[in-house]
Amino acid sequence: MEFAELIKTPRVDGVVLHRPFMPTVEGTLCLTGHHLILSSRQDNTEELWLLHANIDSTEKRFVGSLGTIIVKCKDLRVIQLDIPGMEECLNIASSIEALSTLDSVSLMYPFFYRPLFEVIEDGWQLFVPEEAFKDLESMTDEWRLSEVNKDFSVCPSYPSLLTVPKDIDDESLCKAASFRHGGRFPVLSYYHKKNGMVMMRAAQPLTGTNGRRCKEDEKLINATLCAGKRGYIIDTRTIAVAQQAKARGGGFEQEANYPQWRRIHKAIERSNVLQESLIKLVEACNDQSHSMDRWLSKLEASNWQSNVKEILTTACLAAQCIDREGASVLVHGTEGTDSTLQVTSLAQIILDPACRTIRGFEALIEREWLQAGHPFHQRCAQSAYSNGKPRSEAPVFLLFLDCVWQILRQFPCSFQFNENFLIMLFEHAYASQFSTFLGNSVAERVKLLLSQKTVSLWSWVNRPQELERFLNPLYEPNNLVIWPSVAPQSLLLWEGVFLRWNRSTKCLDEAYQEMAHIIEYNKELQNKVNSLRRQLAQLETEDSPLQTP
Amino acid sequence: MEHIRMPKVENVRLVDRSSSRRTHVGTLYLTATHTIFVGEGSEDRNELWVLHSLVCNVVKHKASQSGYPLLIHCKNFQVIQFIIPQESDCHDVYISLSRLSRPEKYEELYCFSFNPNVDKAEREHSWDFLDLKAEYSRMGLPNKLWHVTPINREYRVCDTYPADLFVPKSVTLPVIVGSSKFRSRGRFPTLSYYCKENHATICRSSQPLSGFSARCLEDEQMLQAIMKSNPGSRFMYVVGTRPKLNAMANRAAGKGYENEDNYCNIKFQFIGIENIHVMRNSQQKLIEVSALRSPSMGEFLTGLENSDWLRHIKSIMEAGLFISKAVAEEGVSVLVHCSDGWDRTAQVCSVASVLLDPYYRTLKGLMVLIEKDWVSFGHMFSHRCGHLIGEAKEVSPVIDQFLECVWQLMEQFPCAFEYSEKFLISIHNHIYSCHYGNFICNSQKERKDLILCIIKEKAHSIWLHLWEKKLDFMNPLFKPDQSQNQGLLRPSTAPYCFKYWRRLYNRFDRELHPRQSELDCLMTVKEETQQLEEELALYEQKMAVLDKERAKTLYMQKGVLDSKQALWSLPLDISLANTPQDYIGGAPNLCLFGDQTKSSDADNSDQESGVADFSSHSSGEESLPSEDSVKDPDSDETAM
Repeated sequence: MEFAELIKTPRVDGVVLHRPFMPTVEGTLCLTGHHLILSSRQDNTEELWLLHANIDSTEKRFVGSLGTIIVKCKDLRVIQLDIPGMEECLNIASSIEALSTLDSVSLMYPFFYRPLFEVIEDGWQLFVPEEAFKDLESMTDEWRLSEVNKDFSVCPSYPSLLTVPKDIDDESLCKAASFRHGGRFPVLSYYHKKNGMVMMRAAQPLTGTNGRRCKEDEKLINATLCAGKRGYIIDTRTIAVAQQAKARGGGFEQEANYPQWRRIHKAIERSNVLQESLIKLVEACNDQSHSMDRWLSKLEASNWQSNVKEILTTACLAAQCIDREGASVLVHGTEGTDSTLQVTSLAQIILDPACRTIRGFEALIEREWLQAGHPFHQRCAQSAYSNGKPRSEAPVFLLFLDCVWQILRQFPCSFQFNENFLIMLFEHAYASQFSTFLGNSVAERVKLLLSQKTVSLWSWVNRPQELERFLNPLYEPNNLVIWPSVAPQSLLLWEGVFLRWNRSTKCLDEAYQEMAHIIEYNKELQNKVNSLRRQLAQLETEDSPLQTP
Repeated sequence: MEHIRMPKVENVRLVDRSSSRRTHVGTLYLTATHTIFVGEGSEDRNELWVLHSLVCNVVKHKASQSGYPLLIHCKNFQVIQFIIPQESDCHDVYISLSRLSRPEKYEELYCFSFNPNVDKAEREHSWDFLDLKAEYSRMGLPNKLWHVTPINREYRVCDTYPADLFVPKSVTLPVIVGSSKFRSRGRFPTLSYYCKENHATICRSSQPLSGFSARCLEDEQMLQAIMKSNPGSRFMYVVGTRPKLNAMANRAAGKGYENEDNYCNIKFQFIGIENIHVMRNSQQKLIEVSALRSPSMGEFLTGLENSDWLRHIKSIMEAGLFISKAVAEEGVSVLVHCSDGWDRTAQVCSVASVLLDPYYRTLKGLMVLIEKDWVSFGHMFSHRCGHLIGEAKEVSPVIDQFLECVWQLMEQFPCAFEYSEKFLISIHNHIYSCHYGNFICNSQKERKDLILCIIKEKAHSIWLHLWEKKLDFMNPLFKPDQSQNQGLLRPSTAPYCFKYWRRLYNRFDRELHPRQSELDCLMTVKEETQQLEEELALYEQKMAVLDKERAKTLYMQKGVLDSKQALWSLPLDISLANTPQDYIGGAPNLCLFGDQTKSSDADNSDQESGVADFSSHSSGEESLPSEDSVKDPDSDETAM
């Protein structure tokens, strides 16, 4: 398909762009296959380059022959374009509509994007399972890397290499896979070096209404327990929801069949509920009524903060079981691709200082989200302004980032990255020139030949000149487990994302710069003092022979 | 001492607020000024000191199997729960505390027995630290249009006003007297703030006694004179800070508001702020929400909404913003009043001043502002803060709301304030604690008349004390030269810009606050930077000497800053950072298996954990939650 067919009017002059807290810009609007561009052709005015993929929805209005298109973006920005001429406006609107809802992955921008920088470190090669396994091997020999899923036939949403207990053979894995939703049999998610406890994740067991069981599944998870030890199964659903799942063939582990495990149910909402929550939250943030009651009641009704609290609490619980109770943990919900991953990845941030570095956090996202098969393509197809009928979109990843931000706020010195890093990940998960978040699973990414045809987000982010923006000046490695507070008083609204376009950030930006400056100046002085001290010491030793009597 | 029925009770348990399952056993003492709990283990840092004057109320709860619970709510939002083994002891403590926390006479207040180790001269000096005359001259007064009127020197025209008042030079004494007779409690229009740049002023008064049709020529002349003293403008605003309905209802009682037809060139503007009773109830609801034990997000947000607290804060901020914009942007003078002109008027004038003048965003400036707009202008601290037993209906968190407005501004303008929120919290604490003499009584006259001698003879002033501790209150991000600190602050008043002030309302719930503080870290870095600068200067000097002379003898001073590995990197309180909360929600203990009964005590032995109990707190800081209920004035705020 040619993009040209979809572009009815490639260019309109005299278009006026309105953005909150910025001066209006008048200029020429151009549509390309992947971008909406507005250029004023004046030297000092910033141009607008907007990826079509970033457009969540559009609205058009007419006053006489002046048309207005309101563009609502997946990054929650809302901009307004005044377009002279009704026909032009209609053409532009329908072109944007068509270009922003392209269905085929291979038409997405990453397949057309050519980097203007030299790729020094290929992000596609950075976080391969073999490397992670080498680290594990240095700590324990209880685990092996299985190739049972090398052609993605045992579990289409799993990667080709999986870490499983050493004593469980591939045949047993296949049997366990047939007992778990989507073939997602229990695999290793995290090994807690301090006490050797582990966190595993899976999908729900397919017990159904007649209480099916699977010896291999039982054996598989029991293999992770030391003799005489017991573990916890954290089911991210309420017991009621888990019961209902039985009717559809799903279910949960019966105590009788898993006597060494204690099941705990939590109440993380399913993805369609989360999507609803996001829509309501963003609507509350954009409410212009200026009424305090309305704001607080809408914020409450959106349930967003409750979702943050529940997810964070569950992650803390998992971490607590591992670190404090010295027990191993298995986490699952229904499919094991959403709430399960929120919990396992957040628990690692709490437990493992490595995950709080930039590289470590990238590795965590690779491991626990991309390779673990979170369906990014489906979940991020639309964001808060979607008004069509909901499909499978849901802000699962955004909620995870929000929870990380909450921990970052509570431990501002313990993370190597800053808030901008999290916001950047949010943006790129929804629309990007890079392909990292394309597709729903490793299998799909392999099929799309992403690593050959496109550029990884990490290839760009990890360049020193980009990284600079994302470094937290206050960072000092903290090797402790960090336990966040999950009290409502302690959890804040993530203004950096949800109020980003509704307020001026000038003063907050200045504060951030001042903070960076204070630290930088201190380091500079330290260097100066140290080098002078060395010089003086040197002079002293040169002089000292004369001094000795 | 005659009120103490029971000076000492043993085997009392102090319940940990963060987890009711944890208690500390110790001995409870009642003294003339404090309730003291000494935890067992005989280390002196296991002590909790609560000033009687900070106690808001004492409640006995139903007996439980472990004893008789006694709940103490403090005015600084601390909540303390003791469990006392014997019912009679509990009752005696209850009766004693109830009496001790409600003094009947000013002389009983703590500031008259508080005796830090300073001599008389120093104490007197502490009262001279702030000088309002100097403040007015900083504003540029007196000048050719404004002067001090001697009319109230003896407090005869208005006994709730200060002795020295600024009025337009053009008004005669009879005009002032006439105007004062037409205003509630004689509070005639007088200057609160003068803007040097454009001569616009903020003036304040009480409501006029206009009823439905009464007029007063002198009052009209007074306003005319105020308007004319601002040569650049053709009109002035009169801001009524009550809801319009309340103001209209007041007309029936012969009071009310200015009729635009009777006054030349005034524009009357209503900005509805609710009265003290509404505010008291609102804060009560807010306090209940803040004290909920592990509330759900929904309960918390609904409670916050139902308290209406943030709506009130927003209305005060909007009023302040309106006035400051009128002054700074339009160059128009403003007269502000509510009913009596000592509650809402004080709030609004001082918020406007903070927005207008960067000076009030410095430590000293805020002190001066409170001294001027609140203390000298007769905000009834003793009534509003309930210093003495009296009319409960007079109590209202009016000054709390002012401090909170400043805090809300700090959230929006992090580089604009020289002080941090610790300063506000410390001031809040001392307004209620009666630890210092500044906030005793309801007016300047009362202070002078009644107990002038004992205030200045016996009590100390807070301001010098705070000034001496200023390092604790500094905002490391303060940049006086930065754009956000130039001229008028223009805060957004969108509802989402107003936040719940956790540091104040959950001040003593340490587990709710960030485990590492950005500002504390930065403060540490800045201090270190200063040392480095000194060291650098020293080295450079030495190098210069060496370069010149290649001296044969060289005395090397050992660097003080070897291997400085960022001090700020550690969590403020490692033990706390490493204490998981109750994440399972309701379940008594995570140890769900009978065969693994590990008590939380066992956790204590885990070196890294340190559950938040006495023993694991870092030394050097007072460990118990009531650090500034204070035996020692100089350590009172350090542990925050």
